[in-house]
Amino acid sequence: MKATMRLAAAALTLATGMGFAAIAQTNAEAKPLKITLPDDTAAFKPGTNREVVMNNCTACHSSDYIQTQPRGPKFKKDFWTAEVNKMIKVYGAPIEEGDIPKIVDYLTENY
Amino acid sequence: MLDRRRLLAGTTATVATLGAGSFLGSIKALAETVTLPFENGERPMAKYPQKRPLILQTSRPPQLETPFSVYNEGVITPNDAFFVRYHLADIPLEIDPAKFTIEVKGKVDKPLKLSLADLKKMPAQEIVAVTQCSGNSRGFSTPRVAGGQSGNGAMGNARWKGVPLKTVLEKAGVQAGAKQVVFGGLDGPVSDKTPDFAKALDLDHARDGEVMLAYSMNGTDLPMLNGFPVRLVVPGYYGTYWVKHLNEITVIDSVYDNFWMKTAYRIPDNDCNCVEPGTAPKATVPINRFTVRSFITNVKDGAKVKAGETRLKGIAFDGGKGIKEVAVSIDGGKTWLPTKLGKNLGNYSFREWHTTVKLPAGAHELKVRATSNDGKTQPMQALWNPAGYLRNVVETVRVTAA
Repeated sequence: MKATMRLAAAALTLATGMGFAAIAQTNAEAKPLKITLPDDTAAFKPGTNREVVMNNCTACHSSDYIQTQPRGPKFKKDFWTAEVNKMIKVYGAPIEEGDIPKIVDYLTENY
Repeated sequence: MLDRRRLLAGTTATVATLGAGSFLGSIKALAETVTLPFENGERPMAKYPQKRPLILQTSRPPQLETPFSVYNEGVITPNDAFFVRYHLADIPLEIDPAKFTIEVKGKVDKPLKLSLADLKKMPAQEIVAVTQCSGNSRGFSTPRVAGGQSGNGAMGNARWKGVPLKTVLEKAGVQAGAKQVVFGGLDGPVSDKTPDFAKALDLDHARDGEVMLAYSMNGTDLPMLNGFPVRLVVPGYYGTYWVKHLNEITVIDSVYDNFWMKTAYRIPDNDCNCVEPGTAPKATVPINRFTVRSFITNVKDGAKVKAGETRLKGIAFDGGKGIKEVAVSIDGGKTWLPTKLGKNLGNYSFREWHTTVKLPAGAHELKVRATSNDGKTQPMQALWNPAGYLRNVVETVRVTAA
């Protein structure tokens, strides 16, 4: 999709030279929009291997993705093992083999 | 990925000269929290750009839930209260619509690059339609399942204006043998190894005249977090198909089989789209149309009301047949009373209903059940599937009259 976007951008550059009328009309109807998202407020709970979790997980998602999951006896080691494996196999998380048990243990102990 | 945003938005300086509408999300999560009525349901309220304080499910990628009281304000969900759900964290934060284009490609005679201005010159249509996250109400799933743990506020109803996809496809000229149309948006993954988000519709569905490219939501530009400047509107279908920041439309001659179609967003392939709780389905199909749902919006669970006449009102909707009737029960579902339906804004819209019931002193279980024009109704017991989709159990509100 990156390459496609570059092509599209090149075409856009050409299109912007096409006429004032079209540009004025566009500007009147939809202005450039820029937003700034609030900072993450949720934090991983203190615990053994917290750093490992931070290093492996936070590039793609905030800690509230973990914090909000169901709790209870059925949502312990098996549940977190399945979730960590999903992140690796499905979403391509580059987690080193040796970090997997550390992450699972941290999640099981703290969530 | 960041390059992509800059390309699209131009430099910050350019944006400033053009007079960018800048919405700074300077406010952190608000001190206020709400507790959704299931285990581990406490959530902070948070103020995001162009939004009033909403229920913060997750901050990155953002998932914001509409507080349920909003649905009692009217059948149209205001833009600043409309729920937000992204899958992948590289979301666009800066877009110059003058430079935005939608590429139409693949099995077409004439590939197109449409600017927003091009789109706005084409004949427009309007539709009032609900979009609902597939995972709406997942937090109530019993047994619980992994995923976004939403209450009932991952749904909204808006008046969408835009161009039918059919018109765009006709302009491009779909070639013989085409089977599906694939939609991609500007939001993408942080890692190149994560499957980019894209969804597909069958060609006949894509050119049914109702699926559209919307550039206006409730009479104004879409908020950034709802897909500015253009999103796909797929009336009656779950929100996963309503691709935000739509910039790629690809006609293909096969069935699209990326992760988001083939693995995720699947429901059991049987009559109820359900399985015995805790078990796995034998076969699955992509999630599609909404099941029929209804809610009481003006009385909260656990409320104390005055004994005697009580007005009840709420909303109902389905996957596009329209609502035939809504009934309420004040005795836990033993007997049912009719209600009056409000103004009809179309088969894809929330439909308001109201009635007045007499509640003697004591505790009561109020229930509401809608039936759609094709005779489908809501189950008394919740159906279950492994992903926690399609929840449409008859809802219950417990009140005490005194």
